[in-house]
Amino acid sequence: MDVYEKICIVCPRGCRLTIKKDEKSPRGYTVEGNTCKRGEDYGIKEVTNPTRVLTSTVVLKNSSLKRLPVVTKGDIPKEKMFEAMKVINKVVAYAPINGGDIIIENLLDTGVNLIAGRSILSQN
Amino acid sequence: MYEYDIVIIGGGPAGLAAAIEAKKNGVLNILILERDNELGGILKQCIHNGFGLDIFKEELTGPQYAERFINELKSMGIEYKLDTMVLNIDEKRKISYINKQDGFVNIKAVAIILAMGCRERPRGAISIPGTRPSGIFTAGTAQRFINIEGYQVGKKVVILGSGDIGMIMARRLVLEGAEVKAVVEIMPYSSGLTRNIVQCLHDYDIPLYLNHTVIEIKGRDRIEGAVVAEVDKNKKPISGTETYYECDTLLLSIGLIPENELSTKANVEIDPVTNGPVVNESMETSVEGIFSCGNVVHVHDLVDNVTRESYKAGRCAARYVKGELVCGGQVVKTKAGEGIRYIVPQVIRVENLDEHINLLMRVTDIYKNAKLVVKGNDIVLKEINKMQLTPGEMEEIVLDSKLLKENNIRELTVSVERQVE
Amino acid sequence: MYDVAIIGAGIIGTFIARELSRYKLSIILIEKENDISNGCTKANTGIVHAGYDAKPGTKMAIFNVKGNPMFDKICEELDVPFKRIGSLVVGFDEEDEKTIRELYERGQINGVPKLEILDRKRVLEMEPNIGDEVIVALYAPTAGIVGPWELAIALAENAIDNGVELLLNNGVKNITKLEEGFSIETEKRSLEAKCVINCAGIYSDEINNMVSEEKYVVTPRAGQYYVLDKSVGKLTNNTIFECPKPYGKGVVVTPTVHGNMMIGPDNRIVPTKESKETTMEGLRDLRDTVGRSVKGIPFNKTITNFTGLRNDSSTGDFIIGEASDVKGFINVGGIKSPGLTSSPAIAEYVVRLVDNVFDGLNKKDDFNPRRRKMIRFEELSDEEKNEIIKENPSYGRIICRCETITEGEIVDSIHRNAGARTVDGVKRRARPGSGRCQGGFCSPRVMEILARELEVDITEVVKDTKDSYILTGPTKEVDEVEGGIENVRI
Repeated sequence: MDVYEKICIVCPRGCRLTIKKDEKSPRGYTVEGNTCKRGEDYGIKEVTNPTRVLTSTVVLKNSSLKRLPVVTKGDIPKEKMFEAMKVINKVVAYAPINGGDIIIENLLDTGVNLIAGRSILSQN
Repeated sequence: MYEYDIVIIGGGPAGLAAAIEAKKNGVLNILILERDNELGGILKQCIHNGFGLDIFKEELTGPQYAERFINELKSMGIEYKLDTMVLNIDEKRKISYINKQDGFVNIKAVAIILAMGCRERPRGAISIPGTRPSGIFTAGTAQRFINIEGYQVGKKVVILGSGDIGMIMARRLVLEGAEVKAVVEIMPYSSGLTRNIVQCLHDYDIPLYLNHTVIEIKGRDRIEGAVVAEVDKNKKPISGTETYYECDTLLLSIGLIPENELSTKANVEIDPVTNGPVVNESMETSVEGIFSCGNVVHVHDLVDNVTRESYKAGRCAARYVKGELVCGGQVVKTKAGEGIRYIVPQVIRVENLDEHINLLMRVTDIYKNAKLVVKGNDIVLKEINKMQLTPGEMEEIVLDSKLLKENNIRELTVSVERQVE
Repeated sequence: MYDVAIIGAGIIGTFIARELSRYKLSIILIEKENDISNGCTKANTGIVHAGYDAKPGTKMAIFNVKGNPMFDKICEELDVPFKRIGSLVVGFDEEDEKTIRELYERGQINGVPKLEILDRKRVLEMEPNIGDEVIVALYAPTAGIVGPWELAIALAENAIDNGVELLLNNGVKNITKLEEGFSIETEKRSLEAKCVINCAGIYSDEINNMVSEEKYVVTPRAGQYYVLDKSVGKLTNNTIFECPKPYGKGVVVTPTVHGNMMIGPDNRIVPTKESKETTMEGLRDLRDTVGRSVKGIPFNKTITNFTGLRNDSSTGDFIIGEASDVKGFINVGGIKSPGLTSSPAIAEYVVRLVDNVFDGLNKKDDFNPRRRKMIRFEELSDEEKNEIIKENPSYGRIICRCETITEGEIVDSIHRNAGARTVDGVKRRARPGSGRCQGGFCSPRVMEILARELEVDITEVVKDTKDSYILTGPTKEVDEVEGGIENVRI
């Protein structure tokens, strides 16, 4: 059928979008229910290549704190979330750390780095 | 007794912003008293993103947002004490605090800024019937365990309350390997951001049951299940709609309450609707020299608003210290009209206003295609069209101060009116 | 072989243990749960009754009136909170007036001092929030409020200080009468004792029925409560009882020793001895009816609810005495209200029974009746606070914001005899978690302290019962299948 229902999250309006596959359409899909162009873009992206920012924590050593918050510096494909978590869960970070330090480079070959969400001084 | 110009109670986003702004406005002798072992407040455990879109034009995680302010504070050389609990404050701005190094200390301040944030409502606040096993957590406590301490709280989870904290935790739990069976919400709408419904619930196929609540908890030692039922418009469970969810964890996201124990010790007047201090245009409470900002005044959705409100408090506390705040003159009381739950500030002393006054408020229900109507002494001063109003999103109205001055306004009412099609 | 085995570490068992520890006896206190007072002792109204309620001549009446005046001394010796605030039984109509007069007369027969019948005017002077329909009240100035589990815990601590052995998590499975004494089989141990004292509360019938042919039955009857936030203040000055009905004492509105208000209990037949749930209907009914006694109760300031089980015995009275068919087996069963009030007098009496069993007991020279004073940081003066932090910096760290409880107090509560080993154990001894946030802020920190002080992993810290685990394990369990930890050194 190739019809999708999504709620747009670009602005607080929360338009209910209906996205239909349509080869005749210039972008391959038609979008209904949006009030602006950004909504149309969002709808199409959500059905063709939905991406998300992933936030999590990694094991932290050499600090009185036990976990380091981490975040992807950019969006990664939504379908890779759980695979990404498997990789993230194996990482151990060692203090001292600066906020923004790369913890995993090019996470799952997405071109996006996983970076430290904060600075941590070393235990000593 | 040592005297500071400004003592700020709480080193979270509110306290940090207030301190920074107070120093930028010429007050040098500032002290922040923070009970945790680091600055940053609740932001330290809010590892998700969505912070700072307004203030920094970037989407940051909680710790990233906090770090911006912590770094600025440190570079400005503002003094702070950690692991320090304030035990008492009084109307004369005497402050009693304790920590391991200093022992019990009394200090004085010319001005105090209350920035203690809020706490979560526990199970008892809504008297959920059933047994009293382990495995029942408020969402924030679970968040602390998972994000700060690094421990998982359960494997099969039911969440009561679809505010942002509940939904954020739903996603967090799933990403850390738990199964979230349902998010249950007593109201007919979620009080959280639509973005969270999509990215926390829809993304992970977690069902959201509106007009439902937990009516019984089962399990002797650890929770074994929760009975969920639909509620009628009076929020009473409808017989026959009971569903049993087997689970080992129940997360409660049923409301935040400003933490005003200290405020009441100083006889600060508390607004019964916000549960926070009554404040004026300068974020000053009913007690002279005691200011307040952030979640302790009213529970915010966006930390950016906390920051702006706290900048104001810091700026005005600085003015007070310098003797620049005016006590007398025209006073306007704000009043929540039809459809409005509360307005902050509750009192406006017109002499202290800059060009604009920012009114923050929440509505009582969901409205579509409505307008916010601002009336002064029954004259319409401003109307703002709003395509969507919801209790879960704080609204802000910026009003030209001249409107208040010129019309000698004594009472300012904001109400919701439906638009005429 | 122990001299005495006491089964059940509730208020009765701990009191008897403490009183017997004055004598040269080897005593073991056996408890099936994971902590002291985990049965009815931790879930009741905490009232020290004046004694007009029980039928004259019953053990309930005798021990109540005897026990009531003993509370000042024992609570002072053991540093347990107790306040003699007085009680009012309020009546709404002529029938109630009749009942109240009956209670007054009963009180006179039982020997209750200072009872008075008050008219509405005088009740109102004492209690501005009294219900509008209240026309008469029975005033008993000797009634009081106490911390029931605090008392049991303090008694246990003092008993252990004085040589008693405590055995937790060991429910009694079987008791066999030997030639001399008894063989007791618990969940994990076998032991022998010359004398057995059955203080097993709701299960005292089952323990008795293991050895004696004189069977009795203990039936659970549940009662649930509301506890309100301290900020509610003193809604009432006295403990207010609704005029009793045939089935029980009626709902109580009372201040607690800690400054909360407590409302309850209702009265419910329940199917099992483990049925400790609160119920929607019960809580709603309490809320709807209690306004008759006291006006304007702010139920929206509720911080928690709980249910306790009354021990209804088939004899209708306390069952206290050596089993006639089993020498050396002493029953102290069917202890329901006024059991708490009666406990000091019951313990004294049981000591005499034990004295009989042993044909005389020898007093110790070194019995210490006093427990080391509890430090209640919040109650110290500014100077005292400063001093104690200088002496021991762990008193400089507040763990429970709601009740102002320090790390020092929590650590102390863990290391005393009969010390805390669980989150609720810390709550019942030092109070973090009893405040308005109900542990939301403090529980991670309390768990950390427990783990550190008991030298266990934090995941082993439980809420109360031994299976009430809180955390399931660390996040980021390493996925062994995929090759282990990848170290990233920044």
